[in-house]
Amino acid sequence: MAACAKGLDKLRHSLRLLRNTQLHNERFLSTSKGRQSAGSNTEQPPKFVPPSKPVIVDKTRAVASLRKFLSPEFIPPRQRTDPLKFFIERKDMIRRRKVLNIPEFYAGSILAVTMADKNASGKTNRFVGICIQRGGNGLGATFVLRNIIDNQGVEICYEMYNPRIQKIEVLKLEKRLDDNLMYLRDALPEYSTVDPDMRPVPISDTDEVPVNKLKVRMRPKPWSKRWERPRFNIQGMRFDLALSPEQMEHAQKWAQPWLEYDMLKEYDTSKLEEQIYTEVQQEMSKKPLAG
Amino acid sequence: MLSVSRVKMAFAQLSRSLSRTLGDTPSLILKRQFSVSVVRSAIQKMTRVRVVDNSSLGNTPYHRAPRVIHVYTKNGIGKVGDKVLLAIKGQKKKALIVGHKMPGQPMNPRFDSNNVVLIEENGNPTGTRIRVPVPTQLRNLEGDYSKVLAIASSFV
Repeated sequence: MAACAKGLDKLRHSLRLLRNTQLHNERFLSTSKGRQSAGSNTEQPPKFVPPSKPVIVDKTRAVASLRKFLSPEFIPPRQRTDPLKFFIERKDMIRRRKVLNIPEFYAGSILAVTMADKNASGKTNRFVGICIQRGGNGLGATFVLRNIIDNQGVEICYEMYNPRIQKIEVLKLEKRLDDNLMYLRDALPEYSTVDPDMRPVPISDTDEVPVNKLKVRMRPKPWSKRWERPRFNIQGMRFDLALSPEQMEHAQKWAQPWLEYDMLKEYDTSKLEEQIYTEVQQEMSKKPLAG
Repeated sequence: MLSVSRVKMAFAQLSRSLSRTLGDTPSLILKRQFSVSVVRSAIQKMTRVRVVDNSSLGNTPYHRAPRVIHVYTKNGIGKVGDKVLLAIKGQKKKALIVGHKMPGQPMNPRFDSNNVVLIEENGNPTGTRIRVPVPTQLRNLEGDYSKVLAIASSFV
């Protein structure tokens, strides 16, 4: 009898040991699961309540700008080409815009463009610079970014609808006094220097785009073009520092003041713009086709 | 009769204005500063270039800027990745073009100066560092640029 009791006691002991090791093992493997299974023996597990999703408001980026803006490449040039060509091009442009967000920007805005480049390290190339020119219309629209890197002026002409472009960010949205800032090539380098690690400057969705009334100082005279000539009509430049009043007067010899009254050269795009704007808005609001 | 007198008058006026312009020209020419650099063309013979590596030959000041005296291409026009022969400090030296003023294909960089890197006869660069950004399209071109690319500090 005593022997039997002793044997039973031994068995119980061994069982407890086994259970202990099992528990240990389980806890060793995965603590959370073990605890849950242990809890399930006694009561119902507490129902999982997901934490409330944090709402992150990105103040730096205007998701849908409330300004009415039509990119200038949508306006077809005045010529005899069949309007159908421009209509089809617009369709393609809208298809591209549904995939790639092309924001509103002007000459003088600071942009960052990420482009696929199989030769670059990491297969992408990011370039930050000031937009000095917007050109072309339709699918061939381009813009030129300029920056000074290691005291070397670098410009890149981007094709806006090129499939290599992955992302266009506007770091600082502003206008200048001129629509074409090619004269920055001949200006002092500080005017075209942009920090490549610049943070985006926030701007309200409804405000007017600010005009930077900066007047740039120029390098001494051998310039790439005679910017003082009236056909460039440059406002954002300190001519008083670079040229004498006689030279400025001399440049007026090439003025063509009659061109402003040439009615054949008038091209009023306001109606056309309105029409294309509504068309683009309608197309952009349509859902993209599945697959 | 009347027409003849008018012609005479016009001639007198013209000669007067001509003499005035001739009198003015020397002072004008003296005052005028004119650019002597090639603005919108790729690199050809007699183009003055900027040496952008840290070799002593390219960086010591000399009264005569380095010039291209031969371009090793079939059409005589040098673009990024082409070899040229330079006249630099009274010596003949080969160099590799790593950027030019003339805009190339879109999506490729255009520089504000015509940049070259000095190379030896066997293709090894003379300097040990390139001080300006180098276009990445150089990697795409066939030819052995690996030693030049290895000494580049940044790409654009």
